[in-house]
Amino acid sequence: MKISSDSGGAWTTVIRPKGRWLDLRLGELWQYRYLVLLLVRRDFVAQYKQTILGPLWHIVQPLLTTLTFTVVFGRIARIPTDSLPPFLFYFAGSIVWAYFSTNFTKTSNTFISNVNIFGKVYFPRLAVPVSLLGSSLIGFSVQFVIFLLFLAYFSIQGAPVSPNLWILATPVLLALMAGLGLGGGIILSAITTRYRDLANLVTFGVSLLMYLTPVVYPLSAVPKRYRLLVSANPLTPIVEGFRFAFLGAGSVGPGDLAYSAIWTIVILLVGVLIFNRVERTFMDTV
Amino acid sequence: MPYTVLDVEDVSKQYRLGLIGGRTLRDDLHRWWDRIRGRPAPRSGLEREMRRGDHIWALREVHLEVRQGEIVGIIGRNGAGKSTLLKILSRITAPTSGIVRMRGRVGSLLEVGTGFHPELTGRENTFLNGAILGMTRREIQERYDAIVDFSGVEPFIDTPVKRYSSGMRVRLAFAVAAHLDPEILLVDEVLAVGDAAFQKRCIGKMSEVAKAGRTVVFVSHDMSAVSALCERAIVLDEGRVMAQGDTESAIETYLSRFGGGIGSNFGEVRLSSGGARGEGPFELHAIRTLDASGRVRGDFRSAETIVVEFDFTRFERLDYLRIGFDLVSTRDTVVFRTFHNDVEEFLTAIPAEGVERLQAIIPPGILNGGLYRIQPRIGVHRRGSDWLVGEVSGPSISVRLGIPNVDYAESNRPGLVAPTIEWKFP
Repeated sequence: MKISSDSGGAWTTVIRPKGRWLDLRLGELWQYRYLVLLLVRRDFVAQYKQTILGPLWHIVQPLLTTLTFTVVFGRIARIPTDSLPPFLFYFAGSIVWAYFSTNFTKTSNTFISNVNIFGKVYFPRLAVPVSLLGSSLIGFSVQFVIFLLFLAYFSIQGAPVSPNLWILATPVLLALMAGLGLGGGIILSAITTRYRDLANLVTFGVSLLMYLTPVVYPLSAVPKRYRLLVSANPLTPIVEGFRFAFLGAGSVGPGDLAYSAIWTIVILLVGVLIFNRVERTFMDTV
Repeated sequence: MPYTVLDVEDVSKQYRLGLIGGRTLRDDLHRWWDRIRGRPAPRSGLEREMRRGDHIWALREVHLEVRQGEIVGIIGRNGAGKSTLLKILSRITAPTSGIVRMRGRVGSLLEVGTGFHPELTGRENTFLNGAILGMTRREIQERYDAIVDFSGVEPFIDTPVKRYSSGMRVRLAFAVAAHLDPEILLVDEVLAVGDAAFQKRCIGKMSEVAKAGRTVVFVSHDMSAVSALCERAIVLDEGRVMAQGDTESAIETYLSRFGGGIGSNFGEVRLSSGGARGEGPFELHAIRTLDASGRVRGDFRSAETIVVEFDFTRFERLDYLRIGFDLVSTRDTVVFRTFHNDVEEFLTAIPAEGVERLQAIIPPGILNGGLYRIQPRIGVHRRGSDWLVGEVSGPSISVRLGIPNVDYAESNRPGLVAPTIEWKFP
């Protein structure tokens, strides 16, 4: 028996009770890259079929948010904006923040909202949250273009904005944002398979986190005793960095970005490991 | 010699009862807090039950080796572990212990149409579904024409799937899955979907896959489908492999253990509890198959008499009542149809009211070996036919060629029937 089963080449799939802890299984995800692409497309198409404005809806939301921020925090609360035009200040902050929060909230219910499909066919589960990054990147791109248009308009009007070489770091900033959103989201998605009630906290937690991040205020305006708290937030350098790159005001340095990067790597690593762990048996508990 | 493509070694799967469904963080925090205070938690009844270790073993030390090109059937009653085994093989859940090794790509027809999105067109869904099943872009492109062709939905391929009929959707989904060309194909009774013509194509596709040197693992509790398709079968019971071997003998083992038992459709099928009046003037209670001595049985040799018995109640005088059945083979071919008033003595009506039982006697030496289903055909036939009993299935019977208690068994003959024909020197 044993002899015959050794012919025919090596085993291609071996299923064991427990996976190895330190196995990220990214190679497998790479094999399924086409699926990731199609999932992005599916989200995109499904979202805009039978809508009039299509992807333009992405613009309405940040515009409304920015308007609200401008009125509430700018006009009424009179929070300083690093001497930048409040509209641009809030717009920049809210689109970067939206990129993070969309990634985070969408990936955080990966398991729960895909029970149907996960229960029927195997593919690397990570393909789903990763594809969500792609979908939200499309949304961000649309918003980003609008942002650039406003930026150009304000510059021509002579507003005190000074885009600089930090612009080249934009992909890095986005990658960090995506990484933190994905990492946090999949950790949460793994936990919510066991504790459903945590899902209720997500929306609340995200808005709380927004106030711990310099979105509606600049880091420079934070009182000394809270400065450390806000700076410890790995999202802070990213938001500040984005505003600094395009508007020319913000407190950020390469060290701050490195700090965010370390956080991102750790959270992503932990996230993928936990996620892969949970994916093996979560069908038994949902 | 064909090599092993699927090797299941000592696989067990345990489920914890009481953990199915949600658990809240509060419960766990409570427990944790009680532990910290060094106090055994005051437990509720349900929780005590969980603690006592209410585990169930869905699979216990299952061994299974499948060689390249084999079609293996897995049979067993509901809850025997068939689906769990398939879930492990298709990597939807991990085993509790043991190891599974496979060579080549595994495709499953556990559920067709996974990931179909109603807003996407048939074409878009074909690509998406193919990718979900593990095909690369090039593979899907190469097979695209064949898939569309097989599905028969070509005119609608650029229409969103939400405008498809459910039959079209299933056909397209199955077409994608069938063209995955996996080395190992797992099938779980998807044959229940679609119309008869489509089912035939599915079965054709499965044997085609096997002929191309691929391996098929077919899970079903439909014994007739298994016997029609598989050379070898494994019987699971309570998570263990109860028997394995060639399909006929595996089915026989299964029948000898569960034949006529509850939860099996061999021997006897009960349709209603009896007594109470239903909607119509006629109520069919049970159909069973008996041997000549009156014992309820599901397996027969072809040299035996098979008695088909009907239990029923008439609530009205039904003058033109005809009670009968079709004997249907595994390939859904009607071997014959018979009615009680084919016989002269029953020509007009069933004699008196209160006759609650009728027997049809199938003489020995007619049937070929195989599995058959009794399909009741009961109606009032005056001007037209007014069927009284809808599409209910009666019991199945397994027939092997030969004489009872003689171990020698001839393999099935070609032909729908295998009648014993009289031969003589004139």
